Amino acid sequence: MRLSRLSRTTLAVVAGLILVIVYVPLFVVLVNSFSTSTSLSWPPPGFTLEWWQRAFQSAGAMEAVGTSVFVAIIATAIALVLGTLISFALQRFDFFGRHTVNLLVILPIALPGIITGIALNNFFRTIMGVPLSIWTVVIAHATFCIVTVFNNVIARLRRTGTKLEEASADLGAGVWTTFRLVTFPQLRSALLAGGLLAFALSFDEIIVTTFTAGSGVTTLPIFILNNMFRPNQAPIVSVIAVVLVLVSIIPIWLAQRLSGEEQQRR
Amino acid sequence: MTMNATAPASARSAASDPPEPDGAATAPGGPPRRGIPRPKATPARRASVFLSSHPRVRLGFLLAAPLFWLGLVYVVALAALLVTAFWSVNSFTGEITTEWTLDNVITVLTGSLYQTVTFRTIGVALLVTIIDVALALPIAFYMAKVASPRARRLLVIAVLMPLWASYLVKAYAWRSVLSQDGILEWVLAPFGLHTPGYGLPATVITLSYLWLPYVILPIFAGLERVPDSLLEASADLGGKTWPTIRHVVFPMALPAIIAGTIFSFSLSLGDYITVNIVGGASQMLGNLVYTNVGAANNLPLAAAIALIPIAIIFGYLALVRRTGALDNL
Repeated sequence: MRLSRLSRTTLAVVAGLILVIVYVPLFVVLVNSFSTSTSLSWPPPGFTLEWWQRAFQSAGAMEAVGTSVFVAIIATAIALVLGTLISFALQRFDFFGRHTVNLLVILPIALPGIITGIALNNFFRTIMGVPLSIWTVVIAHATFCIVTVFNNVIARLRRTGTKLEEASADLGAGVWTTFRLVTFPQLRSALLAGGLLAFALSFDEIIVTTFTAGSGVTTLPIFILNNMFRPNQAPIVSVIAVVLVLVSIIPIWLAQRLSGEEQQRR
Repeated sequence: MTMNATAPASARSAASDPPEPDGAATAPGGPPRRGIPRPKATPARRASVFLSSHPRVRLGFLLAAPLFWLGLVYVVALAALLVTAFWSVNSFTGEITTEWTLDNVITVLTGSLYQTVTFRTIGVALLVTIIDVALALPIAFYMAKVASPRARRLLVIAVLMPLWASYLVKAYAWRSVLSQDGILEWVLAPFGLHTPGYGLPATVITLSYLWLPYVILPIFAGLERVPDSLLEASADLGGKTWPTIRHVVFPMALPAIIAGTIFSFSLSLGDYITVNIVGGASQMLGNLVYTNVGAANNLPLAAAIALIPIAIIFGYLALVRRTGALDNL
C-alpha cells in the first residue's frame, strides 16, 4: 500500500511509544529488585543484592517453582494428546454437532477463569467427592490448555491437507505407520508451539488454581500472590518476576525459530 | 525411516519398467509382479484396513477421549454450577438445600449492589477492550504491513515477551508504578500532576496492559493474511490510504479484531485479582463471586452472580459467531 512518509513515520512513532509503555513497568520491577526500599518507592534510595541472595535461598520459592513445573508438564502432556485428537476429528470429518464440539474446546478459555474455577471446585468437592490436591490442579489446567494445542494443530492440518497421507496409504502404509512417518513430522512444530503455549498458560495461571489447589499445594503464582503484600517479601517477588521474564526468552526464541523454519519451508 | 527410504525407490523402479500393456499389471486376481510386497495380515494391519474403510469408527476413536474429558470435567461441572444457582444455603447449618428457588437470581437482578457492580464491571471491560483495540491496531498494522521482515520479527518478539511474563508480575509492576511514591508520581509531579493511585482508573490501566498482547497478536495475524496484492490493486485503482484501509483492510481484518476483543472483554469480565492488587476498595463481579464462595460460603449466590458474565459472554459469542471470529482465536 502507498503510505506517505509522514504516515509511516507517525505509525512507527506510535508503535515505538506503545512498546515503551509496555516495557516501563517491567523495567521498574527490575530496578526494584535491587532497591534497598521495601515499599517500592521511586527513585530507589540505594541498591543492594540482598533480595537476589534471599530469593535463591528461599525454600518456599524453589518449592513453588517445582510444583508449577510439575503441574505444567503433566497438564501440557494431557492437552497435547486431547488437543491433537480433537483437531483431527474437527478438521478431517464433518459430523453432526461439530460446531458444538468446537465451542466446547474454546469455552474453558472464553469464559472468565473464576467461573471455570468455582465450577471445577464444586465439581471436585461436592459431585466427585475428591479432596482438592495437586491432581485437581492438573486436571483443571489440562482442560483449558487443550485449546492452545487445538488451535495450532488444526491450523497446521488445514494447511497440509491429506494428499501425503493418501499417498502413504496407497503405498501400503497402515494407519499407525502413516501417522508416525508422514503426519507426525508435519505436525511436530505445531505441537511444539501449542505445547509451549499450554505450558506457559498453565505455569502462569492463578485464578483457576486458587479454586482447585489443595491446602498444601503452592504453585509459583500462588506463592507470589501470598508474598506480594508482605513488606519483607515484596522485593523477593520482584526478583522472581525478573527471573521469570528472563527465562521466558527461551520459549520465545524457540517459537521464533520454529516459525522461521516454517517460512523458509513454504 | 525404512518406509520413507524404500517406498519411493520401489515406486521409481516400477515407473522405470518398460511400459506394460494395460491390464497385465492389474489383472484381477493375478499376483502383483514386482514392487511393493503384499503386507502380512497381522492384527495391526487388519485393524488398519478396517479403520481406513470405516471413517465413522475412526471419528469415534478420535472423539472418545477428548469428549469424555471435556464432557465429564467441564460440561458436568458447568451444568452443576448453573443448577446450584437455583438452590439455596441453609443459614443455620451452612449446608446447601436442594430445593428449587429463584431467590438468588432475583437478589442478583434486583439488588442495588449487584446492579452497580455489574454495570461497573461491564464498563471496565468495555473500556479496556476499546483501549486495547485502539492501541493494538496501529502497532499490529505497522508490524504486518509497514515494517521490514527483520524489524517485524524483532517487533513480534518485543510484543510476545510481556505475554510470557507472569500475569501477577505485570499487575504487581503496575502496583509499583502507580504507588504514591512510584515512578509515575515522580515523572508527573514536576508538571503538577499526580498518579491516579489505586482505584478504578488503575484497574482499567492494568487490565488494558495485561491483555494488550492477546489483542495485538490475533489482529497482527489477521492483517498479515491480507494479501499485499489486494492493497496494490486498490492503489492501482486510485484508492488512497484511508479508503483502502476502510474498504479493503478493515473488512478483512474484522474477524481478527473481534477475536482479540473476545479475549480482552472476557478476561476483564471475570477478573478479581488485578482489582485486589491495584483497585483499592472498588469491587468487580469477580470479587463478589470470590467472597461468596470463600468467606460467605454461599455457593448458590456465587453461582447466581456468575450467571451474569456467562450470559454476557454467550451473548457476545453468539453475536460474533457469524463473522468467523472464533476461527481466529
